Amino acid sequence: MSLVIENVNYVYMSGGPYETHALHDISLTIEDGEFVGLIGHTGSGKSTLVQHLNGLLKPTSGRILVDGLDLSDKATDKRAIRRKVGLVFQYPENQLFEETVEKDIAFGPKNLGLDAAEIDRRVREAMRRVAIDYDAIHDRSVFELSGGQMRRVAIAGVLAMEPQVLVLDEPCAGLDPRGREEILGLIRALHRESGATIVMVSHSMDDVASLAGRVIVMNHGRVAMDGTPREVFARGEELRAIGLDVPQAVELAERLRERGLDIPQGVYQMEELRAAIAAAVGKGKRHA
Amino acid sequence: MQLPWERGSAMLNDITLGQFFPGDSAIHRMDPRMKLILTIVYIVGVFMVSNLLGYLISLLFLYIVVRISGIRFSYLVKGIKPLRFILIFTFVLNLFFAKGETVLLSLGFFTLTAEALSYATYFALRLVFLVMGTSVLTLTTSPVQLTDGLERLMHPLQRFRFPAHELAMMMTIALRFIPLLLEETDKIQKAQMARGADFETGNLIARAKAMIPLLVPLFVSSFRRANDLAMAMEARCYRGGDHRTRLRELRYTRLDAYAVVAMAAFLMVIFAEGRLLG
Repeated sequence: MSLVIENVNYVYMSGGPYETHALHDISLTIEDGEFVGLIGHTGSGKSTLVQHLNGLLKPTSGRILVDGLDLSDKATDKRAIRRKVGLVFQYPENQLFEETVEKDIAFGPKNLGLDAAEIDRRVREAMRRVAIDYDAIHDRSVFELSGGQMRRVAIAGVLAMEPQVLVLDEPCAGLDPRGREEILGLIRALHRESGATIVMVSHSMDDVASLAGRVIVMNHGRVAMDGTPREVFARGEELRAIGLDVPQAVELAERLRERGLDIPQGVYQMEELRAAIAAAVGKGKRHA
Repeated sequence: MQLPWERGSAMLNDITLGQFFPGDSAIHRMDPRMKLILTIVYIVGVFMVSNLLGYLISLLFLYIVVRISGIRFSYLVKGIKPLRFILIFTFVLNLFFAKGETVLLSLGFFTLTAEALSYATYFALRLVFLVMGTSVLTLTTSPVQLTDGLERLMHPLQRFRFPAHELAMMMTIALRFIPLLLEETDKIQKAQMARGADFETGNLIARAKAMIPLLVPLFVSSFRRANDLAMAMEARCYRGGDHRTRLRELRYTRLDAYAVVAMAAFLMVIFAEGRLLG
């Protein structure tokens, strides 16, 4: 199932004193099974764009097709769309409300009208996927958990709807390095295990470099770049010009190149870079 | 049918009352104390009007003030829209219950009199002017200025142990949190909708129950915010209004004098017109 975005424009508070044109003529196609990293600085329109993907926001003009269904069409069942496209908001732990972890994760499946046995299966499965021990935690209050655990429970709440496309808005925001690694690890595992399409909004170039197969860069409500991480991160100057950064590996590679080390273009992952440095240094030794 | 996300944005869009429209006009630069006083005077003046010409003059006066402030008049009119039900309700109620002699129409136990019709019309008009008049105040005065003005105006009452400063501070904080709270409500509502929550359909009980996933997170975050704010204020040595100096002292200027003159002229015209025609 694919996501097609056609000439989408979005204007906030149109007519008022704070009118803002958040999205300018966005056209994108996201294919089945892709892992897309969506980057851009604050106010670039990333969050606005992802809220269009499950019909929470309606484009001012243009249209969005999910699996061939037009989201702007009034006849389209919104709940069917929400079932296909799961959206994890920024700081999702702020949406937790139930008495127990289990009930909170069951909220989504319950809204889908599933029977008790299926809900139970999904809750257990979702908790397994976010690496939270069902037996130890399922009847605890959500407000007793640590920040990282709350985040994972909230993500499980969306996973329990078993969406085919999972959209995550800054899933690592505000977490410590360890919590960050854990979340990234489980997103990677999700993509590998279930083959779900994933769209991840992020500020961190390193997170995107380590996970995404395609990178979309947004700037002032427009798509500035769209390509493989190798292509996008090779355009370091342009990225810096719009206030973004490059992954650490790219930065390091650039500096080593300046110092005369022979590092090939397009290296963006640490592992690659390590191999490239080893090769370059080895060559240098042989010449000497 | 209105879709939930349309309602969400419409809710944020339509609230004119309490929204500040930044600018640098003469009206914006007036002392907030004077603006508060003159707004009250204007409303009292309008409430004394009892014929249509008087309302036209009041409207003209308001229109001129709005033009000076640089705000589009249509924006002010838009602010009345959310109040249309209250307006219709009071209008109909007055039509039914106001007493009068000149019978225009009689249907069973219901009689419509000319007096009731004019009373209902004037009452509705007064409400409209009340809202538009106060909108001019809030549209041209930043919340901080507004509460500053209120605090200074209420200051003399402090002698009678009236907590003027505390009240003003509470208002400042409340006003500052309204947009945040609206934004937060919108976000949580969307997050729950993404999980298939339905805030729209079902009977009253079902709808009230549907609010729980919205209200619980909202309360939790509000308390956390209040706690954070209290700590941040204490960290900056806040201990109430005693001996607190201010960054911007309020001062009356020539603008305020002009405004007083204009308002006095308006009142005289209204009064004379009422005497001649009323």
